[in-house]
Amino acid sequence: MVADVKMTSTGRRAIPENPALRLSIAGIRLPVWNKIWLILALLIAVVMPFLVEDFSVFQMTQALIFAMAILGLNLLTGFNGQFSLGHSAFFGIGAYTTAIMMGHYDIAFYWTVIPAGVVCLVAGFLFGLPALRLEGLYLALATFALATAMPQILKYNHFEEFTGGVQGIDLDKPKSPVAFMTDDQFLYFVVLLIAVFLFICAWNLVRGRTGRAMIAIRDNPIAAQTMGVNNAVYKSLTFGVSALYTGVAGSMSAIIIQFVAPDSFTFLLAVTFLVGLVVGGVASIPGAIFGGIFVLLIPNFSEWVADLTGRTDAKGLSWAVYGAFLILAVYVMPAGAAGFVRKLTAKLARGN
Amino acid sequence: MNRVSANPSAASSSGQPLLQVSDVAVHFGGIIALDGVSFDVKQGSILGLIGPNGAGKTTLFNCLSRLYIPNSGDIRFAGQSILSTAPHKIANTGIGRTFQNLALFATMSVLDNVMVGGHSQSSSDFLSNALRLPWVKTEEDGLADTAWDLIEYLDLMDEAYTPVADLPFGTQKRVELARALASKPKLLLLDEPAGGLNHDEVDGLGSLIKQIRDDRGITVLLVEHHMSLVMAVSDHVVAIDFGRKIGEGTPSEVQQNPEVIRAYLGTSD
Repeated sequence: MVADVKMTSTGRRAIPENPALRLSIAGIRLPVWNKIWLILALLIAVVMPFLVEDFSVFQMTQALIFAMAILGLNLLTGFNGQFSLGHSAFFGIGAYTTAIMMGHYDIAFYWTVIPAGVVCLVAGFLFGLPALRLEGLYLALATFALATAMPQILKYNHFEEFTGGVQGIDLDKPKSPVAFMTDDQFLYFVVLLIAVFLFICAWNLVRGRTGRAMIAIRDNPIAAQTMGVNNAVYKSLTFGVSALYTGVAGSMSAIIIQFVAPDSFTFLLAVTFLVGLVVGGVASIPGAIFGGIFVLLIPNFSEWVADLTGRTDAKGLSWAVYGAFLILAVYVMPAGAAGFVRKLTAKLARGN
Repeated sequence: MNRVSANPSAASSSGQPLLQVSDVAVHFGGIIALDGVSFDVKQGSILGLIGPNGAGKTTLFNCLSRLYIPNSGDIRFAGQSILSTAPHKIANTGIGRTFQNLALFATMSVLDNVMVGGHSQSSSDFLSNALRLPWVKTEEDGLADTAWDLIEYLDLMDEAYTPVADLPFGTQKRVELARALASKPKLLLLDEPAGGLNHDEVDGLGSLIKQIRDDRGITVLLVEHHMSLVMAVSDHVVAIDFGRKIGEGTPSEVQQNPEVIRAYLGTSD
């Protein structure tokens, strides 16, 4: 009786291959290229510290820390569509958690990273709950308030016993337990290990059910809810996870700089993360690495360029140079460095 | 004559209706969008809900998917009131829907859109996803398998990896349908599925809606302007105007209902 019943699951056509995976450059397919770049990047990350002086190792560590913080912001803003101008606060909370544990309780640095992450997870989650009622610019304003309040809270008299007030907290530099590594090299590898772990987790998160729900909320919250996504839970948990990433970065930064003070965690730091996010690539995981390198190198580079003029007001000039670089970056790579690379490879693969 | 029903679906269709809308009223400030609408949707049937623009059809839909809360009345699905069910749990109870003006996840591929449709059918959380625990892979494979079945069912194989924003309108409508089916609904709410489609596409849609009901046993509630489509596929038609039910019956009964004719064509006096 019933004609023309389509067969499903049993008689299905073969699943087509993603055409993007079929593209190739110089006879090598793009997924293979991705693997080559990944291995090359890791190789450079492992070998470089043994080839350069300690100060450069320290800078590489800082770039990795920025990358982790930017990745955290990217999970929230890039993938989930929630704006934050307040991530300096979570970076600060992470840094102070570590500093208080190390400075006041003599706890070894490696025991402080996870607590710093957990404290930030909770702080981010709790901040994410009222943030549910705010959208776009209003959320940006609320998080901005968080960023401006944080240094003041850290300076507050009654917390001084823990936070050290305006003086901050001095820390001892962890010693390298490995004979062939300097202290800086050792800390670099600790940060690298944590960063690799966090990047893998973010990648897993984004490509699975959780990531699809996060992006669905960003693209169309009502449809996401209709599909069964609990928007409130996903948004506040994303806030928490984002704060965790940034807090772990803050914790590592306290360890390598061996010092925390309230004015290291101002609104300017939050904007720095945002710059890294946009320049690296919004909603791109490798983009966070480009972003981390950019926000570390370009200010130094700008200063160097400004100093070339030999003027006494070179400090002010360096910000102007920084601004010029920023405009240039956004103009040349409107989709961020990651988007630029993606576009370039697609062009090369198509052969035009 | 003793008629023994051997077919279980026939037994259930003779019993309780799958969806009961009773006396639902919705006010927006002083505007009455729905004014005590009642009707039943039988298990396994296709019910067409018609009415001129602004009659309250979409408002009723939004009550069914809990985007609005009725000021009074009740909506029962499979015997249970859904008014206290959280909006994100509606998919779980077995109600799927499409949207009048499309509500797709524009940056995501067709495959990912359909897989989000399976969200209510899966349960892995942040931590297990981040660590990609072994059972996450199993769940992902299951979701992908269902998605691919639906992608083939709705003839989207060649577009599966394309971001939906890059697809033509008619194709996007099929993506929405696939996404709604991925939640394995018992009741499918279609909000003006023919809107923006050309003549051939509307014909195809009509047979597709029937096919979905016949192949998958899904009950369909169809809101539509396109009268010939409604009349061709519906088992039962409910007409509303100004938030009130003005007629109900088989397609031919409703077509001859003077109230319905007046609502659509206006009065001569």
